[in-house]
Amino acid sequence: MRILSLAGRRLAASIPTLILILIGVFLLLQLAPGDTVDALMAQMGGGDAATAEALRKFYGLDLSVPAQLGNYLWHLVRLDLGFSAIYGKPVATVILERLPPTILLMTASLSFAFFFGLVFGVIAARGVNRWPDTLISTLGLIFYATPSFWFGLMAIVVFSVYLQWLPPGGFEDIGTVQTGIWRLLDIASHLVLPTLTLGLIFLAIYLRIMRASMLEVLNLDFIRTARAKGLDETHVITRHVLRNALLPMVTLIGLQAGTMLGGSVVVESVFSLPGLGRLAYESVVQRDLNTLLGIVFVSALLVIIVNFVVDLLYARLDPRIAAEG
Amino acid sequence: MDLTRLEINRRTALLTSAAIAANVINPMRAFAQETPRKGGVFNVHYGAEQRQLNPSLQASTGVYIIGGKIQENLVDLDANGQPVGVLAESWEAAPDGKTITFKLRKGVTWHDGKPFTSADVEFTALNMWKKILNYGSTLQLFLTAVDTPDPQTAIFRYERPMPLNLLLRALPDLGYVSAKHLYESGDIRQNPVNLAPVGTGPFKFVKYERGQYIIADRNPDYWRPNAPYLDRIVWKVITDRAAAAAQMEAGELHYSPFSGLTISDMARLGKDKRFIVSTKGNEGNARTNTIEFNFRRKELSDLRVRRAIAHAINVPFFIDNFLGDFAKLGTGPIPSTSTDFYPGPDTPQYPYDKAKAIALLDEAGFKARGGNRFALKLLPAPWGEDISLWSTFVQQSLSEVGIQVDIVRNDGGGFLKQVYDDHAFDLATGWHQYRNDPAVSTTVWYRSGQPKGAPWTNQWGWEDKTVDKTIDDAATEVDPAKRKALYAEFVKEVNTELPVWMPIEQIFVTVITAKARNHSNTPRWGSTSWHDLWLST
Repeated sequence: MRILSLAGRRLAASIPTLILILIGVFLLLQLAPGDTVDALMAQMGGGDAATAEALRKFYGLDLSVPAQLGNYLWHLVRLDLGFSAIYGKPVATVILERLPPTILLMTASLSFAFFFGLVFGVIAARGVNRWPDTLISTLGLIFYATPSFWFGLMAIVVFSVYLQWLPPGGFEDIGTVQTGIWRLLDIASHLVLPTLTLGLIFLAIYLRIMRASMLEVLNLDFIRTARAKGLDETHVITRHVLRNALLPMVTLIGLQAGTMLGGSVVVESVFSLPGLGRLAYESVVQRDLNTLLGIVFVSALLVIIVNFVVDLLYARLDPRIAAEG
Repeated sequence: MDLTRLEINRRTALLTSAAIAANVINPMRAFAQETPRKGGVFNVHYGAEQRQLNPSLQASTGVYIIGGKIQENLVDLDANGQPVGVLAESWEAAPDGKTITFKLRKGVTWHDGKPFTSADVEFTALNMWKKILNYGSTLQLFLTAVDTPDPQTAIFRYERPMPLNLLLRALPDLGYVSAKHLYESGDIRQNPVNLAPVGTGPFKFVKYERGQYIIADRNPDYWRPNAPYLDRIVWKVITDRAAAAAQMEAGELHYSPFSGLTISDMARLGKDKRFIVSTKGNEGNARTNTIEFNFRRKELSDLRVRRAIAHAINVPFFIDNFLGDFAKLGTGPIPSTSTDFYPGPDTPQYPYDKAKAIALLDEAGFKARGGNRFALKLLPAPWGEDISLWSTFVQQSLSEVGIQVDIVRNDGGGFLKQVYDDHAFDLATGWHQYRNDPAVSTTVWYRSGQPKGAPWTNQWGWEDKTVDKTIDDAATEVDPAKRKALYAEFVKEVNTELPVWMPIEQIFVTVITAKARNHSNTPRWGSTSWHDLWLST
């Protein structure tokens, strides 16, 4: 019950933010020269003025900007995200189709980054300033400094073109129809490279944070107490240090869940995955306002939800936070 | 097609990399004896998804590459670039040029089993080509009716004379037929058939997963005997060019059409025996790079300044160093691949001559103060790597004669809006896509009176009554020889006045697996139905 009321309060507090974001994006896109008909003309390779006029009417662009905005918000109140100009389908359907690959990719790479960040962070902190630390930190820096598109392309060249171990792109194999566990394995094999590409960059951040916060916690008084009690080192690390050192990591996950959605435009393009990032990019280029606003809306909702879950996790990790909240 | 062969020979002579040349010429000879094999899946790179797939409604390569296998046109071009019947078997024009009669093929059925008749042609011509299809609406502006005395006859009636050779050059692109029974009720633009096309072609639409792939399977009831050979075509949506090149190498793609890869990847794959990289089969999709001048700037309204700008840019140097074998020096708005209309290089040209450029600018009264004469805003179109490179090259070349150029980049919609509607440019550069007849694609770049906002038309603030008259005369001239002469006159006039300069000629580049047979054998091969394409083992 407490969780529900907390969730309710959180949601109510986010609604004004959400509306401001939507209006902001709407107005921002008005500033970009050209509308969806210009974008369509660019794609078609030309068309006469009468066609353009008919198309503007068709897409509802003959109305004034405030009228368009009003229309959009009025539809949104009734939970209608509108109609997509490029897809000719309701925006909600378009986004729902694209959501599974994005969420799959996002969870997979965040889990990858979180898990290995944690493990390497702990190893680095235990051997601080010795060779494991230097090695891990250097690798982390390299991963962090490498642009993801280059990483992705190199992964394709090595694992798909030369070694031919993994498929070079796409979400699943089109040639053969698979069901059940085989389909699952097929999708998984398609997601290995994109997950690694996206995950490696985040891995670097996680391991730095983990290392720093481990080092900080290791110097605190209660660790000395734990050691004085005669606990063995493994016990000290897993039961006392890790739990406290995890808080900044959890904060980071909350922050990054949002960026992951945007950050995957590159990875989705390189690996030809049908995700939300590519959809957003395409909507901007095609000036498909409804779809773009829909994506902003859904992403904002996702961020709100993830942050809510993060808050709950805080409370579990550190009961003091729950008591104060 | 003589010019194509000539061009390949010219390329061959010039090629530094013999491997590309070998690939261009050898396959046809080496495999001529093979017997066609049935079966196989052909995987095609699809770079930019469109909003719909029906070529009766949208004339662009992004639609033809898919819709052109499913739906068919009345007429296409044969290996020599001459019109050949597809859904039409024969045609005839009345001497006054106002009626053109098509005899249609018998025994053709739509993929849903209904027969194809002249009613379909009438419906498509009047409701799609004339009203919705880009370029079609201009071409069919004076079409008043299509009579259908019997199911195999369609008589096109025009208010003004329609040159038969113009119509026949235009119909391969602008003559795809849709089924009346699927479109007659409801809004044509919103018809779900647009994304699940039904046609008479060799391949039947199966599935479209947006953002991923499109599948079409062999049509067992296709009207051509023993065709098609392929079992299935899969178009894979891959937006990243470098990733598409990697997929070609991994064997996941067989064909990347219309210069879909980066220039460096195309050059690299051209040296790989597994692929054929060539401009062959794209002669019907020639384009020229442009420099468009805004006459609202007083400097640019001076002919001497426009000529000076042209003289200041070393085009051969640019082609050799940036575009390589995929481009050549252009001579005007009608490219050399256009056998019917190319007037030859004997029109006013502006070879690189820096001293002359400087002299012209001085003469026009724009003296250099502190190295700078004036500043111009250059808007490059975002369609291709070459345009981006070209705009930088223009910037640097012009700075050497004292003209400062600021490059302003936009995406597609933004570029069209700023140049052709807001006129917020001094110089613009992009592609002029030639569509086999100057009246279809080219004269709108020069004819005055274009409505504001119409992309790729004369929005330069330039008007010339002589040029207007030549254009109008040519558009309704029914004698092919006289038409050709009028267009030669037109090129001379616009190359003299230079409202738009078209100094580079390019043809799209095809990258295709060396296993493919019967490919690239017509001037618009990527857009055609592929009924005879097959894959060797």
